[in-house]
Amino acid sequence: MSRLVDPASLTAGYFAIGHIDDIPRRGARCVQTPQGRIAVFRTMDDEVFAVEDQCPHKGGPLSVGIVHGAAVTCPLHNWVFSLETGKAQGADEGAIKTYPIRNEDGALFLALDVFAAK
Amino acid sequence: MAKKLVIVGNGMAPGRMLEELFETAPGLYEVTIFNAEPRVNYDRIMLSPVLSGEKAYEDIVIHTEDWYAERGITLHKGAKVTGIDRAAKTVTAANGITAPYDVLVIATGSSPIILPVPGHQLNGVLPYRDLDDVEQMLAIAEGRGHAVVIGGGLLGLEAAYGLKRQGMSVTVLHLMPTIMERQLDPAAAYLLEKALTERGIEIITKANTRRILGTEKVEGVELEDGRTIVADMVVMAVGIRPAAALAKEAGLTVNRGIVVDDGMATSDPAIFALGECAEHRGQCYGLVAPLYESARVLAERLTGGAAEYLGSVTNTKLKVTGVNLFSAGDFAEGEGREEIVLRDAARGTYKRLVLKENRIIGAVLYGEVADGPWYFDMLKRGTDVAELRETLIFGQAYQGGGATLDPRAAVANLPDDAEICGCNGVCKGKIAATITAKGLTTLDEVRAHTKASASCGNCTGLVEQVMSLTLGDKYNPTAVTPVCGCTHLGHDEVRLLIKAKGLKTIPAVMQELEWKTSCGCAKCRPALNYYLVCDYPDEYADDYQSRFVNERLHANIQKDGTYSVVPRMWGGVTSSDELRAIADVVDKFAIPMVKVTGGQRIDMLGAKKEDLPAVWSDLGKAGFVSGQAYAKGLRTVKTCVGSDWCRFGTQDSTGLGIRLEKFMWGSWTPAKVKLGVSGCPRNCAEATCKDIGIICVDSGYEIHFAGAAGLDIKGTEILGTVKTEDEALEHVVALTQMYREQARYLERIYKWVKRIGVEQVRLQIMDDAEKRSGFFERFVFSQQFAQVDPWSERASGKDKHEFKPMAVIDFPQAAE
Repeated sequence: MSRLVDPASLTAGYFAIGHIDDIPRRGARCVQTPQGRIAVFRTMDDEVFAVEDQCPHKGGPLSVGIVHGAAVTCPLHNWVFSLETGKAQGADEGAIKTYPIRNEDGALFLALDVFAAK
Repeated sequence: MAKKLVIVGNGMAPGRMLEELFETAPGLYEVTIFNAEPRVNYDRIMLSPVLSGEKAYEDIVIHTEDWYAERGITLHKGAKVTGIDRAAKTVTAANGITAPYDVLVIATGSSPIILPVPGHQLNGVLPYRDLDDVEQMLAIAEGRGHAVVIGGGLLGLEAAYGLKRQGMSVTVLHLMPTIMERQLDPAAAYLLEKALTERGIEIITKANTRRILGTEKVEGVELEDGRTIVADMVVMAVGIRPAAALAKEAGLTVNRGIVVDDGMATSDPAIFALGECAEHRGQCYGLVAPLYESARVLAERLTGGAAEYLGSVTNTKLKVTGVNLFSAGDFAEGEGREEIVLRDAARGTYKRLVLKENRIIGAVLYGEVADGPWYFDMLKRGTDVAELRETLIFGQAYQGGGATLDPRAAVANLPDDAEICGCNGVCKGKIAATITAKGLTTLDEVRAHTKASASCGNCTGLVEQVMSLTLGDKYNPTAVTPVCGCTHLGHDEVRLLIKAKGLKTIPAVMQELEWKTSCGCAKCRPALNYYLVCDYPDEYADDYQSRFVNERLHANIQKDGTYSVVPRMWGGVTSSDELRAIADVVDKFAIPMVKVTGGQRIDMLGAKKEDLPAVWSDLGKAGFVSGQAYAKGLRTVKTCVGSDWCRFGTQDSTGLGIRLEKFMWGSWTPAKVKLGVSGCPRNCAEATCKDIGIICVDSGYEIHFAGAAGLDIKGTEILGTVKTEDEALEHVVALTQMYREQARYLERIYKWVKRIGVEQVRLQIMDDAEKRSGFFERFVFSQQFAQVDPWSERASGKDKHEFKPMAVIDFPQAAE
């Protein structure tokens, strides 16, 4: 397993999670981690984003929402979140946690704080 | 150093006061709020729509947690203040928290009055005051049964309507001879009583409650005249009393409420009172408009201003959907008073103005309330109406020669300082100026920037008229509603252009029709995907990423992220083998709930996403296919047992139902389609509230359509009667195809028919054989691509990625 260390943070580790083609364009896949379920999104333009897979409104799984631009609409009550900032769009207020993710020629690496307790 | 402002109570009045305060003088105070309720500030006027199910709590929140955080406000939720120490200038809450203040605002609101009749302490006797009350009512209403509402005032009637909407039977008991007697004269009360009775609410006037019956739980209500009414719930809505006990214990001057001066100060100059707990010039107010006015005054006072509150004239509207009612001022008869009355029995409208010395002092409008704000404005101003007298009652549009029938005339003639939004105290001039200054073009923007029509929403029409007057041609509320924010085109235009331009992919549609976003949104993409699936069944490759999760995972997502699984049970008929297979699946996958659906099938609820392919594989082995209970497509065909078993059955309704379902399953439609086939006019399959229904009769098959039994309740229209089963099938299929080709995405059949007219459908399906067979053939063509069981495909490995996590990270292993 390749694992890179982010020099900016000694406590954060990057974990290999697979290839970008494992995720459909305008779609998402989940990664199970000790810190909970993280949704990894791939946009139409092959950008990738990682966010917590839980809507702050009622806990909806964002990973199965419809992806449009760099945003996702929650499947339960249609809240829309920016995948870049994690912030709710429009009139709703709230935010989801975002995680650093690295794309190296299609190989994806997700940053997790290995010392953070769940 | 910021001064310490402590507020006891977190209702709408202090909320508004804080908004004003932070707008004019942020940083002047360090604010601490004690709220006895365990939540943030929400719109109490909208409790009735929450009770009736027309809104949810989230819809009525005014200030979110973030709002308080951003302003550095400390909010103690669920903390009831029990004492004020005026010498030490501190308040203490029941949970032990003590806070010092420089300025204290008491906004404890009011308490509901509970009649001290025997039995008032039984379980199920509830006031109607806050969200907790509503939640308790909803919990009881879920068990159906009968509710008694004591009190036929504004709140009581709204509670009755809400409980009725929740499926309870409801009786209102009112002490006085007519309902809402403080706001309505007997004539308007009569019309209202009639309208509520027609909605199934029983109203008993002159009803004096002797006692509430029951041992632990409410069982009924006994009246003074000996009548008893069975009840599972009793709602007391007989009035409110200012919650002034805290102030009284602290030694402040209290009459009915906490006495305040024109600057909202109590008898202690460091303490103010605001909202329903305050008494100003002998008046206690319970409506939001005067409370917001006094909130503004207090905010200005706290920032060093000298604003004065001089009292308010109030008006009332009842929030019962479909009932239009407006009342303002004083409308009792009396010496020196004249009245002008206009009745229209056919339209069920009633208008009454009470004049004194050529000035309007009271107005009651029922049925037709558009002129309410105009009358109310003249009433508040004391306008001399002598010149208008002849035509006053006909309303504002008739003034100035009677030639103006432009509905905007009424608003155009209002002066700039006329109030449009009573709840938020927003006048016409402010709305117009904000639209111009900020370049607003939509109603939502106007709401966000001015708050006009943002509370109860009753003035939405007026606000739109102000927008129309201000923006001219740029705003046209009757114009096509765009599909979503990504386009200015409406659904019908998009459908036409897809065909006219031969557009066959979503990117092509977006490019050619000049979409404003790069890849659409969650509203337009599923719509476009459907239109393309419908128009090019053979050529178009279904875009799964544009489908809602349920149609992508072929199961219904539940609130906890699990899924429900419903296999087809053709015509509602099953067998021991099928039931055994279902039982095995339930055991094997530990499915927590099995439920019989309203559409004669079996629902397995709580399946995990990862398990779905295996669940389907097992079900598939027993011969099941997907019931498409998640689809905007053909759902169920409900049947009765028909001529096979029933002594009244005229035809084989079960057989026809199965035949229809086998013919039509798999088809995608604009919104879900549910069918019913009844074997005789007794209609046990309830076919007359379905999207399409068939009633078998001796002479053949009566075809029905455009029924509804969900958000709306509507009996079907009759399409016509045909002689044979084959014809029945052909007509039903042709009608479905017409709907597929013409309706807007998410528009149910009854709404589509309401838009295009019943006659259009009869014309094309019953009367025009050529059209009918065209529709039929196009449906058949499309079915060869649609009738693929999505479950068996996925059980065999299609779309594996949907059901499995991409990776599982476990720190000890990965971090080696």
